[in-house]
Amino acid sequence: MQLEYFLILAAALFCIGIYGLVSSRNVIRVLMSIELMLNAVNLNLMGFSNYLDPVNIRGQVFSVFVITIAAAESAVGLAIVLSIYRNRDTVDMEQFNLLKW
Amino acid sequence: MVLAALNLAEGVQIVSFGLLGLIMLVGALGVVLLSNIVYSAFLLALVFISISGLYILLNAGFVAAAQVLIYVGAVNVLILFGIMLVNKDEDFVAVKNSWVSKVATGAVCAGLFGLLTTMVVSHPWEISGLPAAGDKAIEVIGQHFFSDYLLPFELASVLLLIALVGAIILARREYVPDTAIPTEEALTLPEKPRELVAAGSRDDSL
Repeated sequence: MQLEYFLILAAALFCIGIYGLVSSRNVIRVLMSIELMLNAVNLNLMGFSNYLDPVNIRGQVFSVFVITIAAAESAVGLAIVLSIYRNRDTVDMEQFNLLKW
Repeated sequence: MVLAALNLAEGVQIVSFGLLGLIMLVGALGVVLLSNIVYSAFLLALVFISISGLYILLNAGFVAAAQVLIYVGAVNVLILFGIMLVNKDEDFVAVKNSWVSKVATGAVCAGLFGLLTTMVVSHPWEISGLPAAGDKAIEVIGQHFFSDYLLPFELASVLLLIALVGAIILARREYVPDTAIPTEEALTLPEKPRELVAAGSRDDSL
């Protein structure tokens, strides 16, 4: 078991998350892709924590913080999605042009 | 004998790493590519659980448990509720030349993956030979939280409170009743009229 395996796996997950973030049209799927990317970052942090800093595991502390932020982000994101859905009656990303001039 | 046991442990680790990584990648591809979004949400739970297994492989039991509790128990359930609340079968109007953006995004993602992989492979990592914290990790994390990461810890709690209030305010339905209820009626409890009984009424003939 080596650090590189975990880092390559996390890189693959991050790239899948970016693809889903850019190419999907459902808003909820965009939120799911953001969660995938946050998990890839967490996997990176945990790999560094185990292989480079095993005594005072700062990577685990940081990944706990990232999990907290991800939970808050998901709650606020879903609230925004609900409010936009009530106003525009759609979940299509291509029709959300409120901030477009 | 010791060497054989070591090889066995190493083999189990590699096999479980391969299985968990395969489940995670296939699940993530399913989350992104499947057309039914409910399947995507359940596959997302599978991805989270396999990532928690990878954390256990990395000697981090506490964060693995936190991952299962928070991601599978809270975030994924929240996403499922969101899917149910905005449940609408709508066929998205096709955008012109949408395949160009998909191909371009795929190319950029593949290029980014190649770049990251070459960077990871070529960089000389300074692997520490010290034994991992293992089961004492939770004590070390607690000491970090209350000594050198105290300020971020408290800020995280404030941020959670702000996110709670903000989510409630954003998702609240603005319901204003059309006819105002009169205050006297609103403040009295509905109860049936009682018959008045005269207190202390005794028959004087006795």
